[in-house]
Amino acid sequence: MDGRDRDFIQHLPRLRRYARALTGDRGRADDLVQDTLERALVKFHLWQPGSDLRAWLFTIMHNVFINQLRAGAGTVIMPLDDETVQPAIRATQSDRLEVLDLQIALSRLPEEQREVLLLVGLEQMTYDEAAGVLGIPIGTVMSRLSRARERLRALLAGSGAQPALKVVK
Amino acid sequence: MSGLAVTEAELHAHVDGLMPEARRVEIEEYLAAHAGDAQRVRAWRDQNQALRALFDPVLSESLPVRLRKPALRRRMQPLLRYAAVLAWLGLGIVAGWYLHDYNIAKSGDTVAFAHRAVIAHVVYSPEVRHPVEVGADQEAHLVAWLSKRIGGSLKVPQLATLGYQLVGGRLLPGNQGPAAQFMFQDGSGQRLTLYVRNGAGDNKETAFRYTQERGISVFYWVDGKFGYAISGEIDKDDLLRVAQVIYRQLNP
Repeated sequence: MDGRDRDFIQHLPRLRRYARALTGDRGRADDLVQDTLERALVKFHLWQPGSDLRAWLFTIMHNVFINQLRAGAGTVIMPLDDETVQPAIRATQSDRLEVLDLQIALSRLPEEQREVLLLVGLEQMTYDEAAGVLGIPIGTVMSRLSRARERLRALLAGSGAQPALKVVK
Repeated sequence: MSGLAVTEAELHAHVDGLMPEARRVEIEEYLAAHAGDAQRVRAWRDQNQALRALFDPVLSESLPVRLRKPALRRRMQPLLRYAAVLAWLGLGIVAGWYLHDYNIAKSGDTVAFAHRAVIAHVVYSPEVRHPVEVGADQEAHLVAWLSKRIGGSLKVPQLATLGYQLVGGRLLPGNQGPAAQFMFQDGSGQRLTLYVRNGAGDNKETAFRYTQERGISVFYWVDGKFGYAISGEIDKDDLLRVAQVIYRQLNP
């Protein structure tokens, strides 16, 4: 099983990078990676040889992350449905929004949007791959990505001058 | 080509480099004609770059030990692992059945015994001038004396095959009366001590138990009327070999 260990270790740096961006905290990130690895070892017999090990590991990390959020003491997770109306950030808010550090801005994104943004923007997965990892349809990946990017843009710009999402059909 | 229809999804794919080359050119043309979308696309691209700039350094960090361990820890095949778990479980049940009464009465006592052995080791093994009361040159006298004091016929194991020579022994107070300590030393000055007490009861035989205290490894066991503890600042596996040799010699 040395080959398996070597393969796991090969993916560790990327799992850590993603976990760090996702949690914004080194300790929490490494906890997440450790839990992911342990789960991966237990479930390794379910992995199909020849399939993408990286995608498989990221899928496990996603599940562990979601479970931890749900179990989080006192943390209430309110998943934002894609149909939820996002209030447009109005121009009058501009002077109250400060320019935010990227890491802080990231932490202000809902987890589900942060995950998509990071899998695509940081991990450079295709939309198909991200959809597979997160277990959601590709259309949902696109809408979450769109929301994440626009929200991040607003947070980083500190400007309220963003129009509500424009959908070009 | 300002009349070209471009979807939101295509703009994202453009940013993420997921569009085919031919379509890229068309999208560039579209963006040239639509300043608002061009601005958004630029911002998204900047986000990607900023994310990588912020988090890519994590890739070159050295891995914390705890993340290297879990992957290397389990080398067994899953089936073999389950078998091992079942075997240990079975062993535990059987051992629990037989040792139940014994443990209730004695486990606290044997732990205290191992503790005393460690203390005796820590106190006497660094001693340079008087590590023992009676030296190995008077081995016969040493054995006769200690046997008489702790009430039973003691034997001193020969550990020469493992590189250890008897230094001598001494009498010590134990928690149930007198106890004996034999000291051994190898060529490098590494010392082991064998602590023996008379259990004064109907002690059955127990398996080897292991504990570590203050950096001192101890294997201890009960064999008939005596309790034994071998202590040393050596590796657990090495000490186990010593314990096994002692056990075999005392049970010919």
